[in-house]
Amino acid sequence: MPVPRLYGLMAEFETPQELVDAAAMTREAGFTKLDAYTPYPIEALTEALDIHDHRLPAVVLGGGIVGGLAGYALCYWTSVIEYPLNIGGKPFHSAPAFIVPTFETTILFAAFAAVLGMLALNGLPMPYHPVFNTPRFALASRDRFFLCIEAKDPKFDHDATWAFLTTLKPTVVMDVEE
Amino acid sequence: MSEVPVRPTRENPAPAPGILAPGYTFTTLTDKLAAIALSRRTPLVWFIGIAVGFSLSMALLGALGYLVVRGIGIWGVNQPVGWGFEIVNFVWWIGIGHAGTLISAILLLLRQPWRNSINRFAEAMTIFAVACAGIYPAFHTGRPWLDYWLIPYPNTMGMWPNFRSPLIWDVFAVSTYATVSLLFWYVGMIPDLATLRDRAKKLSFKVFYGMLALGWRGSARHWARYETASLLLAGLATPLVVSVHTVVSFDFAAGIVPGWHATIFPPYFVAGAVYAGFAMVLTLAIPLRKVYGLQDFITKKHLDNMAKILLATGLIVGYGYCVEAFMAFYSGNTYERFMMFNRLEGPYKHMYWLLLFCNLVAPQVFWFRKVRQSVPWLFVVAMIVNVGMWLERYIIVVVSLHRDYLPSSWGMYHGTIWDWTTFIGTIGLFLALLFLFIRLLPMISIFEMRAILPEAKVHEAEE
Repeated sequence: MPVPRLYGLMAEFETPQELVDAAAMTREAGFTKLDAYTPYPIEALTEALDIHDHRLPAVVLGGGIVGGLAGYALCYWTSVIEYPLNIGGKPFHSAPAFIVPTFETTILFAAFAAVLGMLALNGLPMPYHPVFNTPRFALASRDRFFLCIEAKDPKFDHDATWAFLTTLKPTVVMDVEE
Repeated sequence: MSEVPVRPTRENPAPAPGILAPGYTFTTLTDKLAAIALSRRTPLVWFIGIAVGFSLSMALLGALGYLVVRGIGIWGVNQPVGWGFEIVNFVWWIGIGHAGTLISAILLLLRQPWRNSINRFAEAMTIFAVACAGIYPAFHTGRPWLDYWLIPYPNTMGMWPNFRSPLIWDVFAVSTYATVSLLFWYVGMIPDLATLRDRAKKLSFKVFYGMLALGWRGSARHWARYETASLLLAGLATPLVVSVHTVVSFDFAAGIVPGWHATIFPPYFVAGAVYAGFAMVLTLAIPLRKVYGLQDFITKKHLDNMAKILLATGLIVGYGYCVEAFMAFYSGNTYERFMMFNRLEGPYKHMYWLLLFCNLVAPQVFWFRKVRQSVPWLFVVAMIVNVGMWLERYIIVVVSLHRDYLPSSWGMYHGTIWDWTTFIGTIGLFLALLFLFIRLLPMISIFEMRAILPEAKVHEAEE
């Protein structure tokens, strides 16, 4: 029987404050490959873990620009080049009339960029993840707060990390198997 | 519900009703809200509701089926009133949807945490209302099987839509609105679907919610991007929702019919939409909180806030009515002036006066705190506003069309049995979808409710 590889060590906390403090201390201790799991977004945790990723707004901006250009190009190409119709003597290039479809495609593309970009950057959908192997992890979507130090962290050593996590006063420390 | 035992005095004022009843923890809150979807026991009211909704949906199917066979002649529309119930109902439903987006997007940007308990089902209401609205123009084309011609795509006929027409703008606006609302709604639900996945006992439910939750695990990195995405979506949905009813109003305002050709239309339509939408949110929230015992989450504070919004938007709508009347006389245009007289004392005058009562007079009771705190009053006034907003669209669409420039081409319009069946049928479809949603999906945003619990407060990490 193959021995399951270790993904990391997981500590469970009862309150968000304990988790935020623990996350900050873990980072101070020099660990870099760590993540926290919470039942709702905690802004202070983002700070404590020093999460800085500004790619998503750029993706959304890109989506909006592409959408706007595509919308206007569609109106222009249709009404001026491919299928010019004389509607009440209005110019073929009726810019004010093209604003509405352009606006709508801008929003549409930007919204898709926001949703798909968020999912892609988060690596979702991901049906399997090692953290789910921990039986108590189901509580991460209910009322418990988890901190996981991953085994690929250069400072990771099973026993030493376990001892370190215990100093953070979690309710329990667990192995997370791959 | 916590009632105040002693009579409040100036020195000892009554505590303001909160947005969440005291005493909840992460555990109890999660379990109570998740149980609504996961519980094996379904309230009897649900079965009655779905039965009514489903039966009326079948009536809708019948009415639409007959329409496809016979053509739109079965409706009451003819010259001069070519737009009847169907456009009235289209605008009414689209308008109702607006409150959902307002609550989920605009109140999110304005950091109004009281929205957290009502945003989910208000968004669901938006989507179902837009679905009902979409049926009307789709079938009003007369040949619904050719509706795809509205979409610009290269085809063997070599034809393209005319982008100078407000009607094609409407296609873009409404379809974008439906799509973005659906995205927003679904993305907002992902963390709660993960909760249901983790709380479900039966394997089939675990799989069902597990697939929908996309493997969400509540990672802090994910939450950070998720929050960014939510804010950006809210920022995108806010101008979108304003644009949708603006474009709907262009359908009218770009025409030259007296009663349509007015610059006040876009803001007046948007305010009317929010007004109608909040009335519908109240109409739904009041019975829901009772049946599912959600008074702890949808408190009197929520009802009070919604009544205030209803009052404010009602006043904007009233301003719109006044400007319409003022412009009719100030313009000096005979036809505009006649349009106004025709509303006040023409053949549809009873509808206009009823409209003024429903939309202008009735909501004024919300100036009184006692009324805003009284659930029966709120429900009755919300129902009156629902009717009033339908009448408003009827006045705009039908009464404007039935007597325009040439007296020789005047006529009368009345909805036929098929118009009524279609209208009531869409109400049934709306109810059926809503009841399915309540049974299967988290109707209150669980993770956003956790965030407003007192124990969720975190100060910066101690370095």
